[in-house]
Amino acid sequence: MNLNDLIHSTGQWLKGSGPHANIVLSSRIRLARNLTGFNFTNRAQKKDLEAVLALVEQAMGRIALFKDATFFRLHELDNIDRQFLVERHLMSHDHASNPQGKGLIVSKEEALSIMVNEEDHLRIQVMQSGLDLDATWQAIDAIDNALSDQLPYAFLSECGYLTACPTNTGTGMRGSLMLHLPALVMTRQINKVMMAISKLSFASRGFYGEGTQAIGNFYQISNQVALGHSELDIIQNINGLIRQIIEQEEQARQALLVQNRAALEDKICRAWGILKNARVISSQETIEQLSMVRLGIDVGVIQELDHKVINELFIMIQPAHLQKIEGKKLGTAERDTKRGQVSRERWKGNV
Amino acid sequence: MKCDKCTKKATVHLTEIVDGKAMEMHMCEECAREQSAQMEQQFGLADLLAGLTDFGKQIPEVDKDAAQCPTCGLTYEDFRKFGRFGCSQCYVAFKPQLKTLLKKIHGSNDHLGKKPVRLVEPQFPAQTLTVATVTEEAVAKPQPETVESLRVEMQKAIKKEDFERAAQLRDKIHQMEKGQG
Repeated sequence: MNLNDLIHSTGQWLKGSGPHANIVLSSRIRLARNLTGFNFTNRAQKKDLEAVLALVEQAMGRIALFKDATFFRLHELDNIDRQFLVERHLMSHDHASNPQGKGLIVSKEEALSIMVNEEDHLRIQVMQSGLDLDATWQAIDAIDNALSDQLPYAFLSECGYLTACPTNTGTGMRGSLMLHLPALVMTRQINKVMMAISKLSFASRGFYGEGTQAIGNFYQISNQVALGHSELDIIQNINGLIRQIIEQEEQARQALLVQNRAALEDKICRAWGILKNARVISSQETIEQLSMVRLGIDVGVIQELDHKVINELFIMIQPAHLQKIEGKKLGTAERDTKRGQVSRERWKGNV
Repeated sequence: MKCDKCTKKATVHLTEIVDGKAMEMHMCEECAREQSAQMEQQFGLADLLAGLTDFGKQIPEVDKDAAQCPTCGLTYEDFRKFGRFGCSQCYVAFKPQLKTLLKKIHGSNDHLGKKPVRLVEPQFPAQTLTVATVTEEAVAKPQPETVESLRVEMQKAIKKEDFERAAQLRDKIHQMEKGQG
């Protein structure tokens, strides 16, 4: 895989299909795994990190599921390429910022990625479009089984998979759903919902991962508890919670349409007007306007667009993507201009 | 002075300032330790109390924080500071402490999820299973203590304003110097 080939497309998980794709952008599951015989990454010597990288690369070569996947050694990539992979949700900021001894495996459709030597030796991730944690689990379970057949996983029967941080001990699993909840934000119910979520031991994060603010009305909800339940139980709990949030968002959307249709339509159409015409636009503003246009598609105000175009733009308008499209380094002001251009051309289907 | 919680003699004295109001607590060692367990993960007060109770010890006994992983060298104290384990063997070395910790985090300490296809248990040599219960002396020290190393440690303690620890070290240095002379 050549990273430059990815510039004009995005991962399969953004295609806007699957159950409840109007509200649930994506389903994601990650598993934290470590190998016995090596210190965890935070206490590993350089030679240990290299040995883990080599073992994982060898194992990958023996597993059919990885035949279309690419193995990157992060220190061989430049800053923009690493940032590009972060923006595509294939790895974390932390993984990119200190590339020595670190690796990344990415499948062709970007549904699967594995960070090697992040906080744990392996952070396996599978992403799918829409609400489908069950299918996501089946996919990641198969990959995890194949890897555990080749690699000596650190595991104890009583406490499960052994991880660097005790919050992941046990299943090592985190299931997350990326939700688009503009109506709950507009009707000022979002804080109530988020408070209830945290009381139920679930965490909420922004679109751009851990430590990021909610932006563009996106909320990523995930389980906090990893021990004492089976993986399928955890998934069932998340599903139960998400169904309720979806229902509340649907109700809030109906309420907005009934009570103040003209104001809502105006907000949506202005947003689209800006995105179709802006010459200079910040990422913050682009994301906010994209959120409104996405809602416009859902409530039928905008009929000539589909979710895929919008979902992809959330990724493409980020700094490293703009710089890769342009083929050179760009400053903030230059990026704002390029962003306007990319956004405008997208509607014409030219990018 | 008597302990606030029972009738024993209070040996741990703590001043807590909440919203500008100072609150004094006087406790015996046992009650202080209990209180410290209750307050774990709150405001770092637990560390303070745990630290205080350790200094009050007359007879050296099993020290929770001194437990050390024989494989990667991480001590439980280090773990409490950084929140990350150093290797998979830490799970064996800190087994008693972990039981409580995992229960606090997850509400359970029993794994009910999947298992690896190829199970490599037992991963650990049998003798390491006893690590967490050994006394301080038995835990392998990376280097033997010298007057010089103790002096450095004492300076560090003074810098941290940890005067009790500094005093302990001073006494130890005196003893060692006497022994040599």
